Formats: sequence, structure tokens, C-alpha cells
Amino acid sequence: MTATLSELPIGQSARIKAYEKGSHTEQRLMVMGLLPGVEVRKIRVAPLGDPIAVEFAGSCVSLRRREAIGVLLETPA
Amino acid sequence: MTQTSTEPPQIALVGNPNIGKTTLFNLLTGMRQRVGNYPGVTVSKKIGTLRLGERDAHLIDLPGTYSLAAASLDERVVVDVLSGKLPGTQKPDLVVCVVDATNLTRNLFLAAQIAELAIPMVIVLNQWDLAERQGLQIDTDRLSAQLRVPIVPCVATRKESAQRVKDTLAQALLSPACLPPIQWPDAVAAATAHLRAAMPKGAAADLEDAEVHRLLFDANSALAERLEWPEDERRKAVQEARAMVQASGLNPLAAEALLQYDHINGLTKGVQTKVGELAKGQTESIDRLLMHRGWGLAIFAAIMYVVFLSVYTWAGPLMDGIEWAKGGLQDWISPFLAGTPMLQSLMVDAVIEGVGAFLVFLPQILVLFFFISLLEDTGYMARAAFLMDKMFGWCGLNGKSFVPLLSSYACAVPGIMATRTIEDPKARLATILIAPFMSCSARLPVYVLLIGAFVEPSHGPLIASLTLFAMHFVGLAVALPTVWILNKFILKTRPQPFVLEMPRYHVPRLGDVAWRMWESGWEFVKRAGTVIFAITIIIWALLYFPRPDAVAEEARAQVIAEQQAADPSMNLEAIEAQLQEEDSELAHVLERRESSAYIEQSYMGRMGKALQPVFHPAGFDWRITVGVLASFPAREVIISTLGVIYSLGGDVDEESPGLQQAMANATWQEGTRVGMKIFTLPVVFGIMIFFALCSQCGATLAIIKKEAGTRWAIFSFVYMTVLAWIGAVLCFQLGGVFG
Ligand SMILES: Nc1nc2c(ncn2[C@@H]2O[C@H](COP(=O)(O)OP(=O)(O)OP(=O)(O)O)[C@@H](O)[C@H]2O)c(=O)[nH]1
Ligand SMILES: [Mg+2]
Repeated sequence: MTATLSELPIGQSARIKAYEKGSHTEQRLMVMGLLPGVEVRKIRVAPLGDPIAVEFAGSCVSLRRREAIGVLLETPA
Repeated sequence: MTQTSTEPPQIALVGNPNIGKTTLFNLLTGMRQRVGNYPGVTVSKKIGTLRLGERDAHLIDLPGTYSLAAASLDERVVVDVLSGKLPGTQKPDLVVCVVDATNLTRNLFLAAQIAELAIPMVIVLNQWDLAERQGLQIDTDRLSAQLRVPIVPCVATRKESAQRVKDTLAQALLSPACLPPIQWPDAVAAATAHLRAAMPKGAAADLEDAEVHRLLFDANSALAERLEWPEDERRKAVQEARAMVQASGLNPLAAEALLQYDHINGLTKGVQTKVGELAKGQTESIDRLLMHRGWGLAIFAAIMYVVFLSVYTWAGPLMDGIEWAKGGLQDWISPFLAGTPMLQSLMVDAVIEGVGAFLVFLPQILVLFFFISLLEDTGYMARAAFLMDKMFGWCGLNGKSFVPLLSSYACAVPGIMATRTIEDPKARLATILIAPFMSCSARLPVYVLLIGAFVEPSHGPLIASLTLFAMHFVGLAVALPTVWILNKFILKTRPQPFVLEMPRYHVPRLGDVAWRMWESGWEFVKRAGTVIFAITIIIWALLYFPRPDAVAEEARAQVIAEQQAADPSMNLEAIEAQLQEEDSELAHVLERRESSAYIEQSYMGRMGKALQPVFHPAGFDWRITVGVLASFPAREVIISTLGVIYSLGGDVDEESPGLQQAMANATWQEGTRVGMKIFTLPVVFGIMIFFALCSQCGATLAIIKKEAGTRWAIFSFVYMTVLAWIGAVLCFQLGGVFG
């Protein structure tokens, strides 16, 4: 199983590998610069467990877990 | 398009959300459009004039967008303006791309898309101050050379930037330059040509390649609806075109972002250097505290509580001052009009009492807006959305609904306009339908009046402000299940994504805060002088007329009869003599009896009595019923209406100044509860709940009609009013059981 952005522990970063097929936010997140190959860091989870906030290329964006599940990460070898 | 010397050139301001477009617009035009530190403040286009050397130009402020893939209504405005498709507008002569200097690459994505429309461009590197503070260095000369358009660094919050930007714009109008567009790979070009060939002739001639790309790349293109192209045919053509892109090894939905970012990275090569990692952690460390997993929500609740406590306590002295001035004015003007009782009543009971009773709440409005603008401008609002999203999520509410709902706490009208940022039309409709439940500032006076009169005296200011705090969540508590039902059974909305950029914290600009307070305060005073004034006079007239002498005579006969029954030793003459006496006990009794007899048989009194049975289960008497009826055009009217009723009814006199006291003293005159207080706690809470839920605002209904259609406006009116009635009745009945 591949790691997704949703499972990434707080404070850790990873490189984006690809998007899940059929992810309905793929286009929007890519436009914001969340491209395959970009390093993304999870900075926090909301007190109620959702949404999460991530940081990449100088922006800080919050998104819900159901969207984060669609973002697949490269697992460090 | 070439410019003629008569038409002022059109300049459009575009850029990502929340990077200072409106701030720049205000700086250049001297106008005062609303700015705020969260994405999605501007939702429609605004036009202003700016002087460029010898001539004027029209500057168009637009909503922020990350891309031309317009999904929501506000983003569509941008696309329409840029392609000149908006009726009555032409393609702009110049587009000013406002770019966040601290996030160059991402911001240039939009610029690169616009480049395909071949409109001359200027790039403003805004927030230059922040870039410098972060130790970011951008070689603007080199950037300008590589992008082949003028580049101007700018700090839109500082006046000094204006001239430099204006000079650049003036120069750019004289020698226009375009950003070099991307060279698409052959597969994309072929797919575009394929789409063009497949679509109806008229449409094809009308569209630029950049627009055809929207059909190709966007999952749900806004353009599709506008073309007169049968849906099944269109779908087939789009699928074929996408297959062509796919065949070349590119994912059609990802292709644009990948290729454009590649293009941009090429254009910006070597222009940025990072000197150091400075000051960037500031926002992060504030967030670590305010967004904390453990106490983030507690801090949020505490902030909200402080807001309402301050609204309640800070405004007190000022309110007393206004109340005092009102009384003084009445005392001063009364003797002048003593010869004409009707005019006296009109001035004292309607104009000064009614409008004054409303104006007393001005300080509260100012304090409320002070906090709203403070929270907006620091950047906390977007964090509030982050903290609360889960609580809204369960009922299927869109994450993007948060900002519209939050602005509805000030006023539902801009709140409903702000729903334009929501892409899904059904999710947008659901948000429009519940926005009026949010406790807008017009409800504040109603709560403060009732809490001040009935909760504070017995329970103290702490409980009073807690009650005020709680009242602001009543509407929300009803809205969430409502939206769940709407989503589940009526609109059947799918869950929507929630992707929100977190703005940086910054110290609020005092000018912006002061302006927001002034704007809303002035709006409030204007309402007092127009809507409230007019309705108050109408209500007064309906309460004053008709005035047949028979009423006074009957009251007199009643008083005499009662006096005789109470004291058989007194003869008629002695009673008459006492009645003639100016300050006798009996004369006062008669005066009050006359006033209430007049008011009871007035047009409004009769109407109130006729409809009172409807509100009887909620414990409302006919006066409250009149107040409720009068407040359908605008809920604040209840204040002035009650003011007029109690003042005309002779209940407001020297010993019990003010509306609150008069209401506290009011008792039932008839029916099963004779002699008992009308305003018991269950009734008071019933009224507040009624006002929390009822659709009592003409302006809101008008905007719903405009944004969603007449049908939904009627729906909104009916369901809110019914819920309000149920709420008030439940409150009174349960209060009776448990109280
Ligand atoms: N430090 C700094 N802050 C700025 C600058 N320009 C604007 N701001 C702040 O950025 C925030 C957003 O400004 P707006 O003008 O509302 O942004 P906008 O681009 O119109 O936003 P939308 O209408 O939501 O797309 C405000 O709080 C401004 O005070 C700047 O040059 N430097
Ligand atoms: Mg704006």
C-alpha cells in the first residue's frame, strides 16, 4: 500500500508521487502548485481531526482528509 | 483592440486570492472597496477611474482566482471580463497581474494562462515588503527581460507605491507588451484543433484557443454551458480530444498544470535568490498556539465570548448617553408643540422615541464591527474556518460555506453574495438558504433590549452576556440540521472539497478597521433616518388613528363608575373635581386609561388583536404581535414599534423612563392571565428565538431572489417563519412546564 498525504505524520515531509485516479481535487491542487515531485510537509491537524494543513513551496493550505487520501506520496527508500 | 482617444482604456486587475488586488485598487483609484485578510473578499467586479498623466483609465477590480479553470461564479467573472464576453464590456486593453512576491512561481501560473489571451500585461510584484523581510531577492530587471513585460515592485498598503505603479501603467498603455505564451506539445494542439472542428461553426469562430483549452482541460468547464452545443455531442468530442492527449503519454487533467509550471520555471530561471530564512516562522508560531489540538477550540470560544462581553459592556455608557439625549430632546420639544397634540405625539412618541430607541444601539454595532474587522484583518477568520470545518462537515455543508456564513453574522446580504465562491450550484443554494439564520447585527438590538430588561436585572451582567453569546448560536443550531435535511432530501448535494489557503497573520491596519466601523455605523444611522423612520411613522399613524371622542368619553365614564364603586361616599361632583385637577391620582388614571383605550381600538391595535390568537400559544400579547408584524420588512423595527406603543400607551413617563422599564411593568389587561406580567422569561426567550429564526428582512429576500430566484426566496420566507413560530411556541410551552 502506498502512503497518502492523509497518513503522513504531523511535522514530517515527503515528496508527492502522483494523484489517485479519479481524484476530484487533483486539478485544483495541481494548479496551486501541489505537483508530483514537490515536497510537502504536514504542519497540523485540526482539533477535531479534520481538516489538515500542509505546507509546500511557500504556501500553507488546508484540506480535508478525503482530499488528502487522493494524494499519493513517495515512500523514502 | 485598438484604443480610440475618446474611450478611456480598460485596465483589469487580476491575481490569486488575498494578495492585495483590492488594496491596490483602492490605492490607485482613491475608492474604498472592502479588503480583508482571507481569500474571497471580492466576489464581483468593481470599476473605478484612475488618472494616468493626461488621461483617465478605467480600472476593474476582480475576484481572486488561482486559474482560469473557472469553477465558481466569482471566478467566471474573471474569465468573462478577460475574454470580453461580459455583455457591455470590451476586452481589456491592459491586464495587471498582481503577484505575491513571496510566492512568485505559483502566482505566475495565472499570468501564463492569461498570456494565451494575448492581452498586454503588467506584472505588479505586491507584498514586496514581506518578500524583503523573508530575505527573498528578486532581480526585477532580469525577470522583466525574461517575461518581456514590465514588472513593478509594490507595497499596496503604502502610498509611495502608487506613483510608480501608475507610471508603469501609463507607459504600458503606450507600448503594450505581452507575456510569451506556452508552446503546447503537438498532441495538445491537435486535440484543440479537433475540438474546434467538432463544435458548431458560430461557437468556433467566437472562441480563442485559450477558451477551447478550458473545454479540453477542465473537468467541469464553466464554458460548456454557454456554448450552444448539444451535451452528448460535446461530451463525445471532448472525450476524443482527451484521448488524443492521453495517447501522447500525458494525463489530460494534469497536463496543463505540469506543462505550464514547466514553462514558468523556464521563464523565471535565476531571478530569485533566498538570502536567509527570516521572519517566516512568525505566522507558524502564532498558529502553533491558536490552532493547538488541545486548546485551539477553547481559545476560539474564549475569543467569541470576549467579543460578546465587550459588545455588552463597552457600549453601556454610550448607550446611556444617547438615551439621556433622547429624553432631553423630548422634554425640550414637547412644550413647543403643546397646542397641537397630534403633532406633539408625532414628534415625541414616533420620531424621537421610535428612531431614538433604535439609535441607542449604535454603540453596540460599532463595537461588534470593531471586532469583526479585527478578526478579519489579522487573518484569524480563515483559522476559524479550519477549526470549525469538522463541525460543519457532518451535515454536508461545504467548507467554503464558512466565510459566507461568517459574514452573515454581520449582515446576510453580503454573506449571500459571498456564496459566489462556492462552485457547486446546489451547495451554494443550501448555503444561501441557511445564511439568514446567522445572527446578523440587526438582531443584536433586539437581544440587547430584552436581555437588558429581563435577564440582567435578575441574573447580572455575566449571565446576560452569556445569554447574548448563546443567542448568536441559536440560528446556527437550527441551520445545521436544516442544511442536513436540504442536502439529503431536497437538493441531494454531493460532499464538496475544502481547499483553503491560510493567510499570513499581520497587524491590522487601523485605517481599514476604522473604515469598516464607520461604514457600518453610517449604514445603521442611514437606516434609522430612512427605513426605520418611515416605518415608525406609519406604525405611529396606525396606532394613533382613528381617534373618535366616544373612546375618551367611555374611558371617563368607566373611571367614574369604578371610583364610585370603590368609594360610595364620593359624589359625582367630587370625582369630576378630582379629574379636573392637574396632578391628582385620578387624573393620571384617566389619562392612562384613555391612552390605552385609544391605542387598543386603533387600526394597528385591532389588527394586532385580530392576529394575536396566532401568537397566543407563544404567550405574545397583542402589542408584541403588533411588534412582530411591523418587523417583517426589517427586524430592527420592533424596537421603534415597541417604543411607540409603550410611549403612546402612556407607559413611558417620568417615573419609569425608557422602554425597558415600561416593558418590565407591562401586565395582561384581559384573558386568563389578567394582572400577571406579560414579559416572563419564557415569553422573552420565545421572542428572542422568534427573532433569531424568522425571515424578517426585505433586503435579504431581495438578494435571495436575485441570486437564487423567486421560488427560493418564497421558500426561504415560509420555512424560516414557520420554524420561528414553532421555536417561540416550544419555548413558551416548555418554559411553562419547567418554569
Ligand atoms: N504586508 C502587506 N500586506 C498587504 C499588501 N497588500 C495588501 N496587503 C494586505 O493583504 C490583505 C488582502 O488584501 P485585499 O486587497 O483584500 O486582497 P484581494 O487580492 O483583493 O483579495 P480577494 O478579493 O479576496 O481576492 C489585506 O489585509 C491587506 O492589508 C502589501 O503590499 N504588503
Ligand atoms: Mg479583493
